[in-house]
Amino acid sequence: MPKVDWIKKVLVIGSGPIIIGQAAEFDYSGTQACKALREEGIEVVLVNSNPATIMTDREAADRVYIEPITLDFVKKIIRREKPDGILASLGGQTGLNMAVRLAADGILDEMKIELLGTSLQSIKKAEDRELFKLTMQEIGEKVPHSVIVTNLQEAVAFARKVGFPIIIRPAYTLGGTGGGIAGNMEEFKYICGKGLKLSMINQVLLEQSVAGWKEIEYEVMRDGADNCIVVCNMENFDPVGVHTGDSIVVAPSQTLSDVEYQMLRSASIKIIRALDIKGGCNIQFALNPHSFEYVVIEVNPRVSRSSALASKATGYPIARVAAKIAIGLNLDEIRNSVTRNTYACFEPSLDYVVAKVPRWPFDKFSTADRSLGTQMKATGEVMAIGRTFEEALLKAIDSLDVKFNYQLGLSLFESKSAEELIEFMKKPHDQRIFAICKALQKGISAQEIVDITQIDIFFIKKLEKIVNLAEEVKNSGIAWLDYDLYSKAKKIGFGDSYIANLANVPLDSILELRHKFPVNPVYKMVDTCAGEFEAVTPYYYSTYEEKDDAVVSDKRKVVVLGSGPIRIGQGIEFDYCSVHSVKALKELGIESIIINNNPETVSTDFDTSDKLYFEPLTKECVLDVIVKEKPLGVIVQFGGQTAINLAAPLHKEGVKILGTSVEDIDVAEDRDKFLKLLEDLEIPIPPGSTAFSVAEAKSIAAGIGYPVLVRPSYVLGGRAMEIVYDDQTLEEYMNMAVDISSRHPVLIDKYILGKEVEVDGICDGSDVLIPGIMEHVERAGVHSGDSIAIYPPRSLSPKTKETIVDYTVKLAKALKVVGLFNIQFVLDANHKVYVIEVNPRASRTVPVMSKITGIPMVNVATKLIMGGRLKDLGYAPGLAEEAEFYAVKAPVFSFPKLTTVDTFLGPEMKSTGEVMGVDRDFKTALYKALVASGLKIPERGNVLLSVADRDKEECVAVARRLSELDFKLMATRNTHAYLSKAGMDVEYVSSENIRNYIQSDRVALVINTPTKGKIPSTAGFLLRRTAIEYNVPCITSLDTTHAVLEVLEMILHRKDSDIYTLDEYSK
Amino acid sequence: MKAVLALEDGTLFEGEGFGAEGEVVGEIVFNTGMTGYQEVLTDPSYCGQVVIMTYPLIGNYGINIEDIESSKLQVKGFIVREQCKTPSNWRSVETLNDYLKRNRIIGIEGIDTRALTRMLRDKGTMKGIISTNTPFKFEDKVDLIKGYEIKQPVYQVTSRKVVHYGGTGLKVALIDYGIKRNIIRSLLKRDCDVYVFPAWSGPEEILDIHPDGIMLSNGPGDPKDCEKEINTIRELMGRKPIFGICLGHQLTALANGADTGKLKYGHRGCNHPVKDIEKDITYITSQNHGYAVLEESMDKGRMAVSHINMNDGTVEGVRYLDMPVFTVQFHPEAAPGPADTGYLFDEFIEMMREQKKVED
Repeated sequence: MPKVDWIKKVLVIGSGPIIIGQAAEFDYSGTQACKALREEGIEVVLVNSNPATIMTDREAADRVYIEPITLDFVKKIIRREKPDGILASLGGQTGLNMAVRLAADGILDEMKIELLGTSLQSIKKAEDRELFKLTMQEIGEKVPHSVIVTNLQEAVAFARKVGFPIIIRPAYTLGGTGGGIAGNMEEFKYICGKGLKLSMINQVLLEQSVAGWKEIEYEVMRDGADNCIVVCNMENFDPVGVHTGDSIVVAPSQTLSDVEYQMLRSASIKIIRALDIKGGCNIQFALNPHSFEYVVIEVNPRVSRSSALASKATGYPIARVAAKIAIGLNLDEIRNSVTRNTYACFEPSLDYVVAKVPRWPFDKFSTADRSLGTQMKATGEVMAIGRTFEEALLKAIDSLDVKFNYQLGLSLFESKSAEELIEFMKKPHDQRIFAICKALQKGISAQEIVDITQIDIFFIKKLEKIVNLAEEVKNSGIAWLDYDLYSKAKKIGFGDSYIANLANVPLDSILELRHKFPVNPVYKMVDTCAGEFEAVTPYYYSTYEEKDDAVVSDKRKVVVLGSGPIRIGQGIEFDYCSVHSVKALKELGIESIIINNNPETVSTDFDTSDKLYFEPLTKECVLDVIVKEKPLGVIVQFGGQTAINLAAPLHKEGVKILGTSVEDIDVAEDRDKFLKLLEDLEIPIPPGSTAFSVAEAKSIAAGIGYPVLVRPSYVLGGRAMEIVYDDQTLEEYMNMAVDISSRHPVLIDKYILGKEVEVDGICDGSDVLIPGIMEHVERAGVHSGDSIAIYPPRSLSPKTKETIVDYTVKLAKALKVVGLFNIQFVLDANHKVYVIEVNPRASRTVPVMSKITGIPMVNVATKLIMGGRLKDLGYAPGLAEEAEFYAVKAPVFSFPKLTTVDTFLGPEMKSTGEVMGVDRDFKTALYKALVASGLKIPERGNVLLSVADRDKEECVAVARRLSELDFKLMATRNTHAYLSKAGMDVEYVSSENIRNYIQSDRVALVINTPTKGKIPSTAGFLLRRTAIEYNVPCITSLDTTHAVLEVLEMILHRKDSDIYTLDEYSK
Repeated sequence: MKAVLALEDGTLFEGEGFGAEGEVVGEIVFNTGMTGYQEVLTDPSYCGQVVIMTYPLIGNYGINIEDIESSKLQVKGFIVREQCKTPSNWRSVETLNDYLKRNRIIGIEGIDTRALTRMLRDKGTMKGIISTNTPFKFEDKVDLIKGYEIKQPVYQVTSRKVVHYGGTGLKVALIDYGIKRNIIRSLLKRDCDVYVFPAWSGPEEILDIHPDGIMLSNGPGDPKDCEKEINTIRELMGRKPIFGICLGHQLTALANGADTGKLKYGHRGCNHPVKDIEKDITYITSQNHGYAVLEESMDKGRMAVSHINMNDGTVEGVRYLDMPVFTVQFHPEAAPGPADTGYLFDEFIEMMREQKKVED
């Protein structure tokens, strides 16, 4: 059937901010969908609250709304835009849930708006546990023994009947939030209670555990004419029990015979038909490793993280095709954009192996519970392609950008005994794979490991092969490292630095060997058809074989380094920057080449750049591509710290780094050189010094006065930055945090409790353009990524702004910046401006600033990097005119998924994503940002206050305002005493009662400021965690509280807010 | 053990030998299925051919005693990127290496199979040699390779005598040109009473058992070499419902005056989209053929294209308009590959029932 002709205008719903379980993959799918719809002449309206996305670019859709994805706001958009249809199945669980709510609201019926693609009925059939079970029973597909409960009594009854372990899955949540496996009644009651509360419909599914079975996924597509195809199947390295988002995943399946493969494939097609899905869906099976028995675990009736992975793994653009299906096209009418000669109605055949490895945030959260279960904890993932499983796995591990001494992190478990390793392997854990390798090295048999872990022996044997080859290289040493052994090591996927490590020689000796032999990688194409047809995709991966598929052009070309996996501190914003840089290069007629390894992103879509190399962002892999392609140079400033870190090593190898020079990057990053520069420029910086011992630390602190900001100069799996208020805590920090030595000193700076301001600038080496200044709501001490930021600033005097601009221009010129840079400032009580740091690269706020000011910052920066001048591009130097609109950036956290992580805001970043609120009115912009961030702002009820001594005085004013807004006040012991003394009417809550109060819904909001940082046993920690676990908003900064109060005053005055398209403010 | 793969144009690949040792010449073809190597190894349609698997890891799930499509290994040689020495699957009884060795089939691994596949895609199917004999000199083998011909492959693989598989339902005469067992299983699953006939069986012999329908199986080689079989089919046309698969499809077309031609590099894999024109639905099919029926040669008054390949537009199925006969180029019996088109067996059953009603 051709496209349905009455569909002229479609609203696409995005997925909002990045949180664990919902990351960049939906920017990728949404962007593809918008493109696919517009190709068919459809007008696209888009809503997404996440500014750091390509889909919210002016070029992505006809009308872009960066507004909260809440019923209220989406309805406003619908009423204004009057779309013919809504496409919600590409915006993750957020999009899907919004579709369900819009339908329930009645607005779709009222305005005769069609839900495109998968129908509401189908969504319900897949998502509602009871309906799903029923549907599966009707078609004879087995699901695990299970029951759906809406209260704890029913749950307990089921548990008594079937026994443990039991899996708990709340309905309508994403990433398995609130779910888990319970091994006993106590755990069971706890997880169930939480799950019931977190489920949108207070429903949880309890099911008998099939833990230990193989977990297999199928990505299926179906169109309106009932054509069905399977894009890809995938096998989890970990057996059932670990969330697929937290498991290493391999595509295609490795241990299934054709009979098993086809059995599950046929079941998948039966299921997608029974659910009547039009578009893509993901089906998860548990397969008994000892028989043909299987059960259907779950169906996602939408594109998902897995479908993004499947798209990148096969080259088949699932989201694009799903969007076309949604407007009536059939699979056999949609062209295969990879071969251009065939249709979308086929099944990709792979002639390589794909490995996905999750990227967890545990390097940031040292206190987090690292065990893995049904609740996803990874913030991002990497993918690698190889011609063998070993090669794909090792490349993926290299792509994680986590520094192990060895490629396989074996040193991590160096000192562990066999018994300890066995104990460690019993529970799924992010580092288990490394423990397994160590165990194999220690001679524990593959079978024993299989018995402990229930991981398939196929995978364990592959690890054994890797470990054995590593031993062989180690034993041979450099003397016996001949061509055969070396090429064997390269073929299995060992990096040269790993080989050097094994052979115990400097890297240069290995490189010498490599050049002597020589052994070089070839690049193979990802073409969806295993070479059967000629393909046009410029999508490559390296391997060590004979023939190269990649054709090198003689055009002028530039390599742009991506930012790798999404992690805390390095999110989707850098993918946004990389993509824009590529687009600018295209405008300049320069061939663009991307190197990246994140399967979730737009930058790794095969038609984003002229050429895509899906490779680890290591010096070796990047250099290999450069040697092959011979580009003019490499752009490193858009790929976050990952790319910047490669600047110096690449430069050393003679690679031209485009933009700010490596020497100047070094000045900004090397503390001593940077201090010297500031001194020369007469720009103040908070006083501080370097301590090599505890005594020295104390004396520095005494000199500059408390509070001080401390951080190790060298961070190793431990604690990073902290604000310290007294000698005792300083001592604790010094003793616990760091192995202090002359090699690893601690930096101690005066902590200036003041307003934080940041600036993103663009410089061509001499002229500096400052698109705008942002001020933070939270005072210094809260990481800039975690604070609410406002543009244009509201509280800075013209003189202060002048000073900031002056410092910015001076610094950029002195650092001879070419391209983007970011500077963080702090203002003390006397409005004195200090510089905290300069980042000679794109920052997190670039997308926000680009969107609100309309200055395409990355585009301009890329043109400057390629030799352009600001003046020639039509930009006057200095601070750009302030916009008429306010933009507020608010952070978004994923705390519910990271148990035992403290939620207070501090100098270490904790947020996973961000949203933007825009309005002419500041308070409304703030309101939009807070609502979009998911903060539930209660309008009435009890507020529990519990603040640190230093905040008590300020807290009185907060309490008063709350009281005026008719909130009832509650407080813990000391806060209660203080507020009572100030004459406030406050209910006392004893620390024993806190949990009870929160559990029983008697607290609508918690305001808690931490006394001591980072000590998990404190009452404050328990309070914060309890609030998070029971989904009660908890604010940990009085500055944030003030902002929330402003918004509350606005809400309570029932002021309605307008909505704006990007074009209305971004000129 | 070092081994060499040499193509007729002189291209040499070096690898490691596995399975049996020695030397083997054959026509080199590639299969793009990611699973199903055991079915491929035992598929009689591969008679005389050396098969490359484009998926790089072969042997992962070992060898089991069930997934065989004939009584022996049919390929002449086997080319893979990596054979798995440590397979894992609950049904596995031995490794691929042991299986090939036991059945005296030469394998070679460590080959850049993608490069090789692309070469065949660009230049067309070639003949070649795998040798574990050293030293290997191409010049000594040129004549051997170039002179290689698959002679009467159907007669090499067909059943020597009539074999009966008892069933309670419709009686099917199944002509074996190199049958895959799953065709028999597919009929037995539908309660058919199956008689498997050798390829050379004459029409009277076949009709003697009073079948309700006749199935023409898949098989190896150039259909035009099967003159006797074509004549037999011509005789059978219209006398009983006929369902042909693969070679059976090509022979039926030839028996009805149409022509066949050789494809540049054939269709071998599990992912070929085929449109059922009557249903207007595209199915993913299992394929293994080097020849195809030429559409322009068909008598459109009597034959209609019922299925078409969505990749290259070649004929994938023919319906005969004036009699209960239909044939398909792909493999509805799957094994390996998707079972999406298994409904064709049901259609055949239905056709036999209808015809029976008419006759009664």
